[in-house]
Amino acid sequence: MRPPFFNRTPTFEHGIHPRYHKETGHLPIKRFPFAPKLYVSLEQHIGKPAIAIVQVGQEVLRGEIIAKADGLFSLPIHAPATGIIEALEPMPSDNGEMEMCIVIRVHEADTQEVQVRYPHDLENLRGRELALVMQEIGVAGKGGATFPTHAKLIPPNGCTIDTIIVNGVECEPYLTCDHRLMLERAHDVMVGIHYARRVCGAPRAIIAVEDNKLDAVAALEAALPTDGSVSVKVVATKYPQGAAETLIKALLGREVPAGKRSSAVGVVMNNVMTLAYVGRLLPLGEGMTERVLTIAGPSVERPGNYIVPIGTPLRFLLEYAGARGTANEIILGGPMMGTTIPSVDVPITKGVCGVLVFGNKEAETAQIYPCIHCGECVNVCPKKLNPTQLGLLAAKREYDVMAESFLLGECFECGCCSYVCPSHIPLVQQFRVAKYFLKHREKVT
Amino acid sequence: MSKHRIELRAAPHQHSGHSVPTIMRNVVYSMLPICGFSVWQYGLSALVLLLTVTATCLATERLLNRNANTLGDWSAAITGILLGLTLPPAFPLWMGIVASFVAIAIGKAMFGGLGHNPFNPALIGRAFVQAAFPVAITTWVPAFSANRFSEFVPTTFTAPLMIPPDIVGWVKQQGVDAFTGATPLARWKFENVTASAHDLLTGAVTASAGETSALLILACGAYLALRKFMDWRIPVAVLGTAALTAWAFQLYDPAHYPAPLFVLLSGGLMIGAIYMATDMATSPVTPVGVWLYGGIIGVMTVIIRYFGGLTEGVMYAILLGNALTPLIDRYTQPRVYGTAKDKP
Repeated sequence: MRPPFFNRTPTFEHGIHPRYHKETGHLPIKRFPFAPKLYVSLEQHIGKPAIAIVQVGQEVLRGEIIAKADGLFSLPIHAPATGIIEALEPMPSDNGEMEMCIVIRVHEADTQEVQVRYPHDLENLRGRELALVMQEIGVAGKGGATFPTHAKLIPPNGCTIDTIIVNGVECEPYLTCDHRLMLERAHDVMVGIHYARRVCGAPRAIIAVEDNKLDAVAALEAALPTDGSVSVKVVATKYPQGAAETLIKALLGREVPAGKRSSAVGVVMNNVMTLAYVGRLLPLGEGMTERVLTIAGPSVERPGNYIVPIGTPLRFLLEYAGARGTANEIILGGPMMGTTIPSVDVPITKGVCGVLVFGNKEAETAQIYPCIHCGECVNVCPKKLNPTQLGLLAAKREYDVMAESFLLGECFECGCCSYVCPSHIPLVQQFRVAKYFLKHREKVT
Repeated sequence: MSKHRIELRAAPHQHSGHSVPTIMRNVVYSMLPICGFSVWQYGLSALVLLLTVTATCLATERLLNRNANTLGDWSAAITGILLGLTLPPAFPLWMGIVASFVAIAIGKAMFGGLGHNPFNPALIGRAFVQAAFPVAITTWVPAFSANRFSEFVPTTFTAPLMIPPDIVGWVKQQGVDAFTGATPLARWKFENVTASAHDLLTGAVTASAGETSALLILACGAYLALRKFMDWRIPVAVLGTAALTAWAFQLYDPAHYPAPLFVLLSGGLMIGAIYMATDMATSPVTPVGVWLYGGIIGVMTVIIRYFGGLTEGVMYAILLGNALTPLIDRYTQPRVYGTAKDKP
């Protein structure tokens, strides 16, 4: 489309350039200790919660399935440590609701090797059969959406997948765990891509990396398979480059039709860490018992990238990483889309890619002014919505008009509009409220 | 950890750092050189007029918002300074006070204050006094008169509700040669004499306090655009279409219509395009709408100048653009990602 002399690094229109704070990008991944008790949630993925199959008082081994998947659109859960089931009780979660957790008292003297594996002969497996084996290792999307990976890879009826996009963009500020993983485990990524392609039948895969992580690009390129089916593409550093819609547009020039999934344009997108774990665990038949995440923020003494056992309570994590006294805001995920947690008893789940600890200054509340129609939000919205109009309608609670005339449902809550708003209007939050209202109208009114 | 309070906040947890007061304050700063130049040019009368008008705007804003101190957003200061810059330097102070009160009370506060005004408040104030005091608002004084820092123009201190005195005799005493008491636009309209581009750029002409030096206004506007406190597309659209329209007219009848450069540099077009048309609350937000809005103002300015009864058309062109803004926004909604057609 574009003449060659205008050939710039691929990207999308609009978006923002926040302060990136990727200071932890040079810190190698380290292993986190086990907390005395792990709180393993049954709702670590989108879809049906897992069903617990253990009794209180029972001893479990690391890697053993302790909760089974409830149908295709669900995932099993494996014991993240060897220990004794102490209780099955509800614990606070990042969305504010109580979620059922299996509490494991970790054997202190144990070496915590993975004891139980469920290996299969993968040689002749393809498509749906391979997906069902993949389901057993319990991998959910690691970018934060926690979509069961095996289910995502099965093409919906009538769709042909021609490209797997491996999302190593990591456009959220502070987070560097994907960066470190690409550097240190490039081989796992390639094995993961291999199996993912065998499930969905895609002839090629593209790994997308922002141009602020060129060392990761080099590491991946060194590990590429020789048949040329996998390539690494550098995209411009801009937020939200890592969202499915913007990345597909940047790499392939395709627009996902409103209200459809990316499979409608022949694409399956997986986070790079998701596939790295598939590549590491699937050949061994090993369950998902831990994950790499970034601990960062101005109010943490030992920021870095850590392998953290699933179910580690935040209280333990913060004590170990050294939360400073100034800490007053704890975010799961990145600073643009992550959620603040209501309690330090929230456990780590499969979808947590970062724990950020902010202090007083970052969490300061700015005065909110009326909308001055500057139009900055319109200039940055990656979906080309009209946040100005949506915000004015939200203030009047015209939720139906927002959805019908201004396509509220297309907003994926990247937060660009709130980020630039000089009036500090919490636009995204207003949109969340509007969406919640429209979805649960009966419950709310 | 546990003894500390943790707070629940909605994402995003980062912000660009821009705020309404930052934007407004920088607009005020960028206007200070223009104020300084007009005071240097017209002396005490211009200074006192600017101060009075700005102070009245601030006082009115405070008076009408007793529950919340809205002076902190700096928007009333912008209105005051802009209004002061668009008035003739010898404008009677009491009339300036009327203009300021109307600007803030009727132009802004009545609609709900910051962000809710459909028209640029400063222009509402100016339009009001243009209709109410047609003679005073077209009474000009010479720039750079010798005594400008030692004496006031006699009209400045006209008693409230009184008609200002005639200043023809006072102007003669100043010893300024060839002063016609007419702006370049009026001289073109009625005498078919166009001022030189050099005079217009440097401000050696008769005009409102802040309209004289096109060059200075451009430089101040460039500062704002570079710091991203102003939408550069609006002045570009206004000035571009005004120049194009003027060029078309000149092609049609070169003897009668002036060069595009004269149209760009004369009157209030420069300050209007840079400081008034860009008022965020009264301009469109959609990408197409911004260009359309600027284009309408540019064309209308030239048409009013050439065919209207008034010599200057920028004010009414911008007010018309303001009035069209909601309509423009409505019909220029951007095409949402992943949808085939524009949604009205």
